[in-house]
Amino acid sequence: MQVLKRFGPIGPAFAAIVLAFGLLVAPAAAQEGPSGSNPTAQSVNEQQLLQELNKIQGRVTIPDAKAGTLEQPQGRGFREYHEGALPWIGGIAVLGMLLLLTLFYFVRGRIRLRSPEAGVKILRFNAMERLTHWITATAFIILAITGLNFVFGKRLLMPLIGPNAFSAWSQWSKYAHDFFSWAFMLGIVVMAILWIWDNLPDRYDAHWLKVGGGMFDKTNRTHPPATRFNAGQKLIFWSVIIGGIALSVSGIFMLFPFSYADVNGMQLAQTIHATVGVLMVAVIIAHIYIGTLGMEGAYEAMGSGTVDLNWAKEHHSVWVEKQEARTEPSQPSAPPTPAE
Amino acid sequence: MARMKFLCDADRCIECNACVTACKNEHDVPWGINRRRVVTINDGKPGERSVSMACMHCTDAPCAAVCPVDCFYTTTDAVVLHSKDLCIGCGYCFYACPFGAPQYPRTGNFGSRGKMDKCTFCAGGPEADSTEVEYAKYGANRLAEGKLPLCAEMCSTKSLLAGDGEIIAAIYKERVTQRGYGSGAWGWQTAYQEPITV
Repeated sequence: MQVLKRFGPIGPAFAAIVLAFGLLVAPAAAQEGPSGSNPTAQSVNEQQLLQELNKIQGRVTIPDAKAGTLEQPQGRGFREYHEGALPWIGGIAVLGMLLLLTLFYFVRGRIRLRSPEAGVKILRFNAMERLTHWITATAFIILAITGLNFVFGKRLLMPLIGPNAFSAWSQWSKYAHDFFSWAFMLGIVVMAILWIWDNLPDRYDAHWLKVGGGMFDKTNRTHPPATRFNAGQKLIFWSVIIGGIALSVSGIFMLFPFSYADVNGMQLAQTIHATVGVLMVAVIIAHIYIGTLGMEGAYEAMGSGTVDLNWAKEHHSVWVEKQEARTEPSQPSAPPTPAE
Repeated sequence: MARMKFLCDADRCIECNACVTACKNEHDVPWGINRRRVVTINDGKPGERSVSMACMHCTDAPCAAVCPVDCFYTTTDAVVLHSKDLCIGCGYCFYACPFGAPQYPRTGNFGSRGKMDKCTFCAGGPEADSTEVEYAKYGANRLAEGKLPLCAEMCSTKSLLAGDGEIIAAIYKERVTQRGYGSGAWGWQTAYQEPITV
């Protein structure tokens, strides 16, 4: 009793030490379990599964198959790209292109026609070609604005108009994006069929690219020969076709979510779609510039479909020669004589 | 304030799916939507484990980061909630979520999903607590009534724990020490950047 009393005050501390020791030791010692067996010896281990398989899959009793994925750490990479690199890539591409074009405009100015107008118009794009171009163009502009909204909307527009108005606009944007995509995809397909032959590389392209199409010649004297489409236009065409196909395929994955891909496939589709999308916007800004403000007479070609003969001779000399060779001999023999 | 967390003790889960049923019933969750589900890994093989999984209410939630309309917010109890009025159903949160928590009703034409739905930790949404409009959109608000999530409350083996992170971690640690084994707190490293070390 005397002993206990003497140790009384330090009793709780002593007990705490024993308990703490016990707690620390217990897991190591108890791997065997109270009955001498270890029920977790064979059990699946979260960290091990993540290391070996990179995600944890199991079985669920509900029809939603994708619910069987218990953990997919790949979402982290998706988030990092989506919120980290993507806005920078998009911002630099779009603003960079606008900056370059502004610079180009102030240094080079509008590319004017050298010789006076001939007053004779020749057909450059027929009705079908113009229809296809403008369907694709209209769809693309809608898709570009609504698409950029997904990346930059919450950063730029939402602080200005508030969350409710921004959400309403974004909801309609999303519907517009989903439905106008079909017009764009159709346009890309028809465009490829219409123009692919005229956009195959030819012997004038290397020279055209070497002199930069004469675009950087401030005296405006350089006009390298070109067929129906010069090398610059061909680059735009192939960017649109390849970019358009990439956007269409990745877009179809998202139009039918989880029909053709699991969650990781969806992440990849979204990543490709967004990246190609912002780059395409930059390319098309350049296309719009050179087709309107940047060059005299360029808009007419796709607007009315006809161009001035001298404009055609300056910009597409080989094409004009071929056109004239094809049409002129037929003109004298105008009335076809019926066979007797 | 408490830091609310879920913890599924996989060594106790018997895959009875009562948590799933309780959740569906409590919140009147529509067909095709599962705020909670039980995933069985290595089903039928030695070492099989079942884990009940829903939104883990992550620290620095990935869903909130990728949302293009910023519809997510974190409550003072660290519960991750969202506004169905702002959600546009784009599906990004599902791509970012490590646990597959976000759910979307009404699969319309061309990927037009309805408003996202997910586990609310029985804490409703941005509407006034325990109102009819809150119930219709987000389900019951048990937290406002001082109750914990129903899935965990009625778990028959007490495998699923819900509540303040420190308290449920302490309960789990005590269990592991007593019984001598534990396969860890599933998802904690991913959701809270810290596992439970016993």
